[in-house]
Amino acid sequence: MKIINCPINGPRPLQEFHFGGEVRTMPDPAELTDQQWADYVFNRDGEPGVKREWWYHVPSGTWFIAERDNRTDEFLRTYLYNAERTDG
Amino acid sequence: MPHRLLKFALSKKHPEPRMFRAPAGLKSEYDAVIIGGGGHGLAAAYYLAKDHGITNVAVLEKGYLGGGGTGRNTAIVRSNYLTPEGVRFYQGSVELFQDLSRELNLNLFYSERGHFTLAHSPASLRTQRWRAEVNKHLGINSRVVTPAFIKETVPEIDLSVGGQQAPICGALYHPPGAIARHDAVAWGYARGADRRGVEIHQQTAVTDIEIRDGAVAGVHTDKGFIKTRKVLSAVAGWTTHITKMVGLRTPLVIHPLQALVTEPLKPWLNSIVVSASLHLYVSQSSRGELVAGASLDPYELISMRSTLDFAEGMSAGLLDLFPCLGDIKVLRQWAGLCDMTPDFSPIMGTTPISGFYIDAGWGTWGFKATPISGKTMAFTVAEDRDHELITAFNLSRFNRLELVGEKGAASVGH
Repeated sequence: MKIINCPINGPRPLQEFHFGGEVRTMPDPAELTDQQWADYVFNRDGEPGVKREWWYHVPSGTWFIAERDNRTDEFLRTYLYNAERTDG
Repeated sequence: MPHRLLKFALSKKHPEPRMFRAPAGLKSEYDAVIIGGGGHGLAAAYYLAKDHGITNVAVLEKGYLGGGGTGRNTAIVRSNYLTPEGVRFYQGSVELFQDLSRELNLNLFYSERGHFTLAHSPASLRTQRWRAEVNKHLGINSRVVTPAFIKETVPEIDLSVGGQQAPICGALYHPPGAIARHDAVAWGYARGADRRGVEIHQQTAVTDIEIRDGAVAGVHTDKGFIKTRKVLSAVAGWTTHITKMVGLRTPLVIHPLQALVTEPLKPWLNSIVVSASLHLYVSQSSRGELVAGASLDPYELISMRSTLDFAEGMSAGLLDLFPCLGDIKVLRQWAGLCDMTPDFSPIMGTTPISGFYIDAGWGTWGFKATPISGKTMAFTVAEDRDHELITAFNLSRFNRLELVGEKGAASVGH
């Protein structure tokens, strides 16, 4: 069973988590051209490597950030948004 | 032992003609290079040679032919999609498939079975009716059928779905829905391309693509540099590796999709049965195995690992639909990579880089598109403009905010 380290609840099984996609910062739409906005809306960093992603621990309602290698499925770190990074 | 097999044991040489040559080495220059020796790349090579007379072509495959999505899908062919763009495109594929065994002179075991997409709710039935009406309008044999019709055609099915799930209240029925032997499709196109002069290089990985002044100048491989002005990327689940080399941004994200086969059984399931609510599709292969696939794994991963979660979930779903399978064992399970687009339509055609053509975004709908994708991408590479069947699928649709929302795709729940 795959175990993910929730920053609040500690190691929990994968079935308790929901994937929330890559961590992205929304630019100010008023400052962008339509092309730049389309790039933000649709394009993703789907390349192989270590990714920063949103994950959600369903039972406790905790959104957090995970650094994960999308080739090996290895979770390198998990931490709360705006919180100190803790080794996960 | 049959004599045909015995002669392999007794002969020092390979006693049968090879399906295709193993070329000695890479030439320094080709008119076109195709990355990816799966069905799509090989079909494009075949039609480049056959329809357009371009034979100085290399197909580069980092593993072995048909080892990616081509050999990992559940081999279903159908054209009952939802968007007119999708329906026209996949219907082109069905028509090519129906004559493909003869054209390639290889038995593809193309077998028309009839394809049910089960609806477990009025909302789902509404989507199936929408699909049926779009299909009929475009001349596709497709209609909504009642639970009684389903039970009559597939008597083993439990319409109450074990009482644990919403019962079946109808289905979209598509009589031309078929299955085929997917490996043979790759081999047949490979042989056809090879006989027309195309070189197929297996165990040859592309390491970089040389771009000069916004145009393709060549391809770096682990066996040396090749000069070429045209590169077709037909690597599906590995597309983000290639787009990274050329600096092209796309919406593609990669998810695994898992499938399994059971031990072989006597023929009993003639139809192809799909339930989007249970996230499964199942058919019986010509060998008797039940071939069953799921929807996407729930998070991004560029790895073809299998999970117990999948085996459990799929077995539960199969038992809910077919309680008679209680004693049947799973023979093996595997995963393939799906390069997903946000609108469930492929990304095909020209790109902002001159001479770089993309055939990607094949998600869960790649195998059935193999012939038409090969034909239209060969046209696109030869003419340097998108074939009319694929203009709606160009990468630029995202910049223009003109998506092609394909809710008829296997991975879409409705």
